[in-house]
Amino acid sequence: MSEAVEAPVVTARRDHETVRTAVKYALIVAAGIVVWLLPAYVKNEWLVVLMWIMTGAVGAMGLTMLIGQAGQLSLAHTFFLLVGGVAYAVFASKGTSEYIGFGLPTLLSALLAVLVSAAAGALFAPISGRLRGIYLGVASLSLVFLGFWLANQLPSLAGSASSGRYAPSLNFFGFDFGVQTPSLYVLNVPMGQTERTFWLFAALTAIAYALGRGAMNGRVGRGWRAVRDNEAMAAVMGVSVVRQKAMAFAISSAYAGLAGVMTVWWYSGLMKPDEAVDHGTYSTTVAISFLAMCVIGGLGSLGGSVMGAALVFGLPLAIPLIRSEDTVSAGGTAFTPVVITNLIYGALIVLIVIFQPRGLAGLWDRAIRLVRR
Amino acid sequence: MTTFVQAIVNGLGEGAVFALLALGFVIIYKATETVNFAHGSLALFGGYIIFRAKEHLPWFPSVVIGVVAAALLGLLIERLLLARAKNATPDSLAILTIGVDIVILTEITRRLGTAAAPFLGDPYDSKPMHLFGATVSRTYVVALIVALVLIGLFFLAFRYTNWGLAMRAQAENREASALMGIRSWRVTASAWLVGGGLAGIAVIFLATNDIGGGSGLLASHTVAFAAFPAAVLGGLTSAEGAVVGGLLVGLTDSIASQYVDLNFASVAVYLVMLLVLVVRPAGLFGRVEQARV
Repeated sequence: MSEAVEAPVVTARRDHETVRTAVKYALIVAAGIVVWLLPAYVKNEWLVVLMWIMTGAVGAMGLTMLIGQAGQLSLAHTFFLLVGGVAYAVFASKGTSEYIGFGLPTLLSALLAVLVSAAAGALFAPISGRLRGIYLGVASLSLVFLGFWLANQLPSLAGSASSGRYAPSLNFFGFDFGVQTPSLYVLNVPMGQTERTFWLFAALTAIAYALGRGAMNGRVGRGWRAVRDNEAMAAVMGVSVVRQKAMAFAISSAYAGLAGVMTVWWYSGLMKPDEAVDHGTYSTTVAISFLAMCVIGGLGSLGGSVMGAALVFGLPLAIPLIRSEDTVSAGGTAFTPVVITNLIYGALIVLIVIFQPRGLAGLWDRAIRLVRR
Repeated sequence: MTTFVQAIVNGLGEGAVFALLALGFVIIYKATETVNFAHGSLALFGGYIIFRAKEHLPWFPSVVIGVVAAALLGLLIERLLLARAKNATPDSLAILTIGVDIVILTEITRRLGTAAAPFLGDPYDSKPMHLFGATVSRTYVVALIVALVLIGLFFLAFRYTNWGLAMRAQAENREASALMGIRSWRVTASAWLVGGGLAGIAVIFLATNDIGGGSGLLASHTVAFAAFPAAVLGGLTSAEGAVVGGLLVGLTDSIASQYVDLNFASVAVYLVMLLVLVVRPAGLFGRVEQARV
């Protein structure tokens, strides 16, 4: 957790800098155009995979800041996903005799859901402020168990574990992301629910990345790194350790909450709690997968967490699309996509800790340095 | 009253199994400062070997083979992986063991497939017996006795043998004990060996109808997870704490499932742990870390 993130290299040649900034903006515009056009060229099933990767990436960005930048080990990430998802479902859907709902505008509900998750993260402060390292990790794990139990105890909020409840998709000032009969065409391809949600997810991921980058490069990030490297030293230098820890948890949980809302959207509005604590969308297994994404990507690196998400969340969905054979009939001991992915990312975690502590992001930096002077 | 006796016996029996797991966990932590998230997998691996060996051999020799296999796997993980990552921090090493855990768990679950779940407690599983007027399952009683004997042996070894002395010296001060001629690698390797062996013994009680439930060996990894709160609430640096923590977790689990419901039981374990940690951040018997600037 103490892998130092290199400060941006300050170069003396300023004219070089302006060129670089121009290239950066050009790349951002180009990326925007690619995302805009992608749904017209890429099949829907691949869009779904990309969307799931982006959901994982947003969650992993929050966790990587918490673990890699602030040095707080947390295994509770899926709990905050669950809080975000349930909060969105409660705020956005209309109340019925079976489920509690407020029927608020969807955009407002999504924002509120993120705030509720952040508040839940901040509420964990009395515990996170007192504990350190592995004690904190195991203590945070208890939140996942608590969330599982509460979600199953309160079906009027979280939906029943067998069938779940439904929440509406986002309606952005009249632009409906869940439209059933699309009237919008890009290159003569109708932009339906999947295509529109893909745009939404891409935009959210970009915003999450930009905000995270801003936090890490600014005063907040410096405070986190001070706490991570030496708590006593940070306190001596005037950094409030308890406040920094609480803020790191709140921000990380806000990201998890957004990922939770995205999860609900990804399931076309279905909010369904798990049936077992170690198996399902909000389970301990997924909490550990989030940790795996951060480690594989390189702890503390936002770009790395996207790469980690592509591997951990993307592979199990992508493998069946590549291998066309029928995996269901292959029997109990078959190498299913999930088995293959788990073996790959388990082995990758081991290899990365031993050989490349800065993860995929570290490998990427090395590759860049090979071509750039 | 009989229900209460039943809950206590069940809790103590289950707690004794958790104590075995937590003790191995603490031994490994004391020797290498690594939290071994692969502990459940060590148990699962031992159980799988027993299950395979039982196809050809009687119960007891199979169990011996399985326990030895789990101990050797522990040794291999330490020698092949952890010893090679010398520069990694303890937290990264903990994450490394998560990777190991994922690989072993995935592969063994795949090998077990969807066939009927294996059970390993042949001589005692699902056989009721009478105790203080209550009917209890034999598994809990056998588990309690076996665990007490093993834990007693461990504490004697820890106190009176050269190995125990070396373990304690290294846990106290790594550099100083190395300068005194204690071979560091032997201590760490033997700690993993013992930890793996204890996990291998624990699994013959976990993979039963009584403790593990209907899915037998498959559930043992999940059930073994409760050894983490047990070790943490006892204090990761304390072997006594592991035993107390294990029994506490077992009792909490059994009383909560007897008087509230099964789902609440696993939450109750974690709530108790949270309460203990809020009051004593290093666990009941753990050494409080001092910050030095």
